[in-house]
Amino acid sequence: MSQFVQQLVNGLSLGAIYALIALGYTMVYGILRLINFAHGDVYMVGAFVGYYLGRILNAGAASSSPSVLNFFLVLGGSMGACALLGWVLERSAYRPLRKAPRLNALITAIGISLLLENLGQLIFGADPKDFPTLVERTSLSVGIVTFSNIQLIVIVTAIVLMLGLQYIVHRTKMGTAMRAVSFSHDASGLMGINIHRVISFTFVLGSALAAAAGILVGLYNPKIDPLMGIMPGLKAFVAAVLGGIGNIPGAIVGGLIMGVAETLTIGYLSSTYRDAITFVILVAVLLFRPTGLFGTTARAKV
Amino acid sequence: MSTLLQIDDLHVSYGAIRALRGISFKVDKGAVVTLIGANGAGKSTLLRTISGLLRPKQGQILYWADGNGGSEQPCRLSDLQAHDVVRKGVAQVPEGRIIFANLSVKENLQMGAFTRNDKAGIAQDMDYVMSLFPRLAERIKQNAGTLSGGEQQMLAIGRALMSRPRLLLLDEPSLGLSPVLVQTVFATIRQINGNGTTILLVEQNAHMALTTAQTGFVLETGTIALSGPCSELLHSDDVRRTYLGEN
Ligand SMILES: Nc1ncnc2c1ncn2[C@@H]1O[C@H](COP(=O)(O)OP(=O)(O)O)[C@@H](O)[C@H]1O
Ligand SMILES: [Mg+2]
Repeated sequence: MSQFVQQLVNGLSLGAIYALIALGYTMVYGILRLINFAHGDVYMVGAFVGYYLGRILNAGAASSSPSVLNFFLVLGGSMGACALLGWVLERSAYRPLRKAPRLNALITAIGISLLLENLGQLIFGADPKDFPTLVERTSLSVGIVTFSNIQLIVIVTAIVLMLGLQYIVHRTKMGTAMRAVSFSHDASGLMGINIHRVISFTFVLGSALAAAAGILVGLYNPKIDPLMGIMPGLKAFVAAVLGGIGNIPGAIVGGLIMGVAETLTIGYLSSTYRDAITFVILVAVLLFRPTGLFGTTARAKV
Repeated sequence: MSTLLQIDDLHVSYGAIRALRGISFKVDKGAVVTLIGANGAGKSTLLRTISGLLRPKQGQILYWADGNGGSEQPCRLSDLQAHDVVRKGVAQVPEGRIIFANLSVKENLQMGAFTRNDKAGIAQDMDYVMSLFPRLAERIKQNAGTLSGGEQQMLAIGRALMSRPRLLLLDEPSLGLSPVLVQTVFATIRQINGNGTTILLVEQNAHMALTTAQTGFVLETGTIALSGPCSELLHSDDVRRTYLGEN
């Protein structure tokens, strides 16, 4: 029993990271019907920006111990940098293809993904790097469960970001416009909404969340490399499909399920199957519930 | 009367399909002008081009925000993107309504006011829309997708009014509505016009359209086949046979 609860806690921490990435997939899909295959690589860039920022900060305070303040600086800096990256990618790669067949944008996304991975290897080097220690790891225990302060930071940060996203999407004019554009580009244009700006904003938000996931994974599992975005990107994509692609709460639930499924697989089967479970879930969803847990088949009849 | 909108030799194509083949006409400030025509004649294409959703291949669309046709420098709507056309004061109720089914009634109306920042004015117009359509007031918090067809049409009209347009384009507002609702919608159109908004009304319900508007145009395969005062069109043999179903 205690092992199960333990795995559950581990799974939720991992799942929170997948969920943050899955949000970007699902928002971009919702608004453009595009699977942005480069999204996992934005997460990788986020981790590397955090790696360099963290090293600068830690070096600056040579004697002092790691601090939570540094964590926030690294998180903010990386989210800002990836927000800019997302904006640039949308502007330069996807916007010119707005009126082209959807397949063109899909192939472009794969191209961008390969570009980022190869640039990453060129610039950062192909060898794995140790993410700087921003917060000293300590153990906490509540009843039968033991968890680390890092897990707590991962989960709390993810929750705060998700609440922030929820606020933006449901309580602000731009967020309402995002939902409008996801329903119909034409009708949104007729309302005076500049759909290009809304789409840019969506990429900015999604990329910032991916960067946050990159930082959290750096804390949690501190080996990073330029290809680190591939597997989590794929898992987060499956999480988005599982939740019902285009659906924001779905992406969160999907991410958590993927994380828990993975740790339970490691705990009770073998870590050999930790990635295989992703595909088992993907196949099961496609077979039994192609629209995902929260997805609806009823698309707008326009 | 001063001209608000002037369309000159407009050609619009979808690839090889030539949907509009040289259309020219004017809309006077304060008027109700109707455009009737069979399915596929190019009516929606015309409205979509005015709104900036489609680019003309040839020709231009001129617009005088203050209706000074000729005396003042016009704005070339045909050069603008859809969101900028709205800012100039031209709103559209599109064919099939396309209300945001995933937003609440209130949020739909807020999106109609997207270009505006004057909170007080927006609240005032929200009240005006509620007074036009009390049904919407009852359902303000409801998801717009749960509305009936008639309520959706009211929402679509209300949403377009929220930008406080000078020119309102309506694409088949009576489509799919019961006869009673059709009467309501047309009464509302008259009321909106009475409050000073110029209206360009596309309809297949030729009888209602010709009895509501002052000037009418008959569109046939992308060209204007007939035009004139509605009172004359109502008595034209061609119109009566083809569009009013009389012999
Ligand atoms: N998106 C489109 N792609 C290709 N052809 C279209 C498209 N929309 C309309 N058409 C064609 O353009 C012509 C005019 O259509 P439309 O403007 O919708 O007519 P109406 O509104 O009068 O029924 C028709 O022949 C129609 O088939
Ligand atoms: Mg039409």
